[in-house]
Amino acid sequence: MTLAVFLGLYAFAGFRYEGFFSLRVFLGFLGDNAHLGVVAIGMTLVILSGGIDLSVGSTAGCSCIAAALLIEKSHLHPLLVVAMLIPAGVAFGFTQGYLISKFSLPPFLVTLAGLFFCRGLALLLSTESIPINHPFLDSIKQLRIPFGGGVYFPFQAILFVMLLVAAGIILKFTRFGRTVYAMGGSEQSAHLMGLQVARTRNLVYALSGICGVLSGLIFAITTASGNALNGQGLELDAIAAVVIGGTLLSGGYGSVWGTFLGLLIFATIQTGLMFDGTLSSWWSKIATGGLLLVFIVLQRVIQPRQSRS
Amino acid sequence: MKRLGPTSVPLIGLVALLLMNAALSPGFLAVTVRDGHLSGSIVDVFLRAVPVLLLSIGMTLVIATGGVDLSVGAVMAIAGAVAAGILVHPAGTPFANISGTPTMLAVLGIPIAVAATAGAFNGLLVAAGIQPIVATLALMVAGRGVAQLLTNGQIVTFTDERMSALGNGFWLGLPIPIWIAAACALAVFVLVRKSALGLFISATGASERASYLVGIPNKGIKVFAYLVCGLLAGVAGLIACSDIKGADSHNAGLYLELDAILATCLGGTSMTGGRFNLAGTIVGAILMQTLTTIILTRGVSLEATLITKAVLVIGVCLFQSPVFRAKLTREKSA
Repeated sequence: MTLAVFLGLYAFAGFRYEGFFSLRVFLGFLGDNAHLGVVAIGMTLVILSGGIDLSVGSTAGCSCIAAALLIEKSHLHPLLVVAMLIPAGVAFGFTQGYLISKFSLPPFLVTLAGLFFCRGLALLLSTESIPINHPFLDSIKQLRIPFGGGVYFPFQAILFVMLLVAAGIILKFTRFGRTVYAMGGSEQSAHLMGLQVARTRNLVYALSGICGVLSGLIFAITTASGNALNGQGLELDAIAAVVIGGTLLSGGYGSVWGTFLGLLIFATIQTGLMFDGTLSSWWSKIATGGLLLVFIVLQRVIQPRQSRS
Repeated sequence: MKRLGPTSVPLIGLVALLLMNAALSPGFLAVTVRDGHLSGSIVDVFLRAVPVLLLSIGMTLVIATGGVDLSVGAVMAIAGAVAAGILVHPAGTPFANISGTPTMLAVLGIPIAVAATAGAFNGLLVAAGIQPIVATLALMVAGRGVAQLLTNGQIVTFTDERMSALGNGFWLGLPIPIWIAAACALAVFVLVRKSALGLFISATGASERASYLVGIPNKGIKVFAYLVCGLLAGVAGLIACSDIKGADSHNAGLYLELDAILATCLGGTSMTGGRFNLAGTIVGAILMQTLTTIILTRGVSLEATLITKAVLVIGVCLFQSPVFRAKLTREKSA
């Protein structure tokens, strides 16, 4: 289904706009949207487990500005900064998961508060954009796979694909992954089966926190600057990608591969709009919202039929 | 200890905040008569609280049915964009073909009708069984895009006296927005408390299955709650747009949905649906604005308000949580 929509859109854009079918454009899909893809992987885990995480966009903004400050103002090595920020993301995500499982608070409310907390923290750190200059970052940017003809597979896309494969394997082959599906399907049954529901949930949100931090670092490296406003609305795009990818919002059904296709659809729309040139930027918002709507309605139509049969 | 009523907790908070503010900045509570109308910090707090107040009244009804409406900010932006479009019909927007001076009824009525339709649309989706967060998320994303489309991505400004009076005028010594908010609050209060509607809303939120079995039209109730929420967001959008004499589709109502949810939460409405408390919500909305004003007048940076609100909402939710309460009382009795 999702694959059909993607192929249809891709073919449509390809025939409509000259040069859309090139390898460069396709690799650009991944390179330009890696920050979104990374967040969408974490979001897939959260949604599969039956929750939602609205805080990832501002986690990205916060980690981006924090990275810039630590590198530029405190003169720390970027690797050390990464080593500091990832535990921070884990702690933040874990706290959210803990509040949700321990006190049975609604996930959207906790993570909405998380969204404001992180954005506020980011703006408190600095409201201005901070340029980052560090030789190490330049060498990271050189980490890319050449495809010939001046086309490269950039480092952020490599990171994204690695995370994608890792998430796919974890979900499919580990006890943790199976617990995620089980608790998304029915939390009560998962609990009665003796699965570690609370611990798994904390871990899921912690992983989503890491994804948020990584996304912020991708922002910091690709734009060579830190800005507290980066990643605004990223969580919505990520949810859209997950849902378009066929993952059920009620949890328990779906995969990261679907999310990957959802991301490609998202990227096709964005790139198509850019190729067109006559359409304004707000059309991408309307298209994303519209597509999101179509897919949730479709899910609703398909779902009862499946359960009946 | 005697059990406190549901409204008294936020009310005590509000009074405490106001007193603290009065102690910190003398003259805060002073109300003077200037140019024939009341003026002073306290009037200003009420005036600034109006948009959030309107949103949170609608949000209270929606949350009471067990849902949530994330699209209210975007709906505000759409209402403002439509009003400014009809009034100014700027070139390059869908309103460019309108000519002549529109009647005030059209300028106010059409945006509110559009907003109510948007709300009803949300309601229909939710009634069809789609999770409220996602159903309204779609409109939250697309709605701001639509608002930008309607204004062609620009801030449409107007100089119409009648329209700017809506946000800046006075009547009987008080700013008009305060009257509008009071009228809306009263209308909703009468509607839900003097008819069985409020009971139906609570029943739907408390247990959808049980209320369905006793014959309550669940779906209709949900559509109604979202419709009212959209309508009130439209009114809030008009006031916000009139206040700055322009429609800013990028920033109008941005993030106000959280403020509305927070005000509802502070007011003692259960976040999981069922119990709701309109009076508490109103106090909650004013409390939020008082907090923002305090942070501004004390010279703390505006960014800190985001963190304060986040901590506040988690704190209040924790107190609502039965698990947390149980923990607290166990420790006390131990």
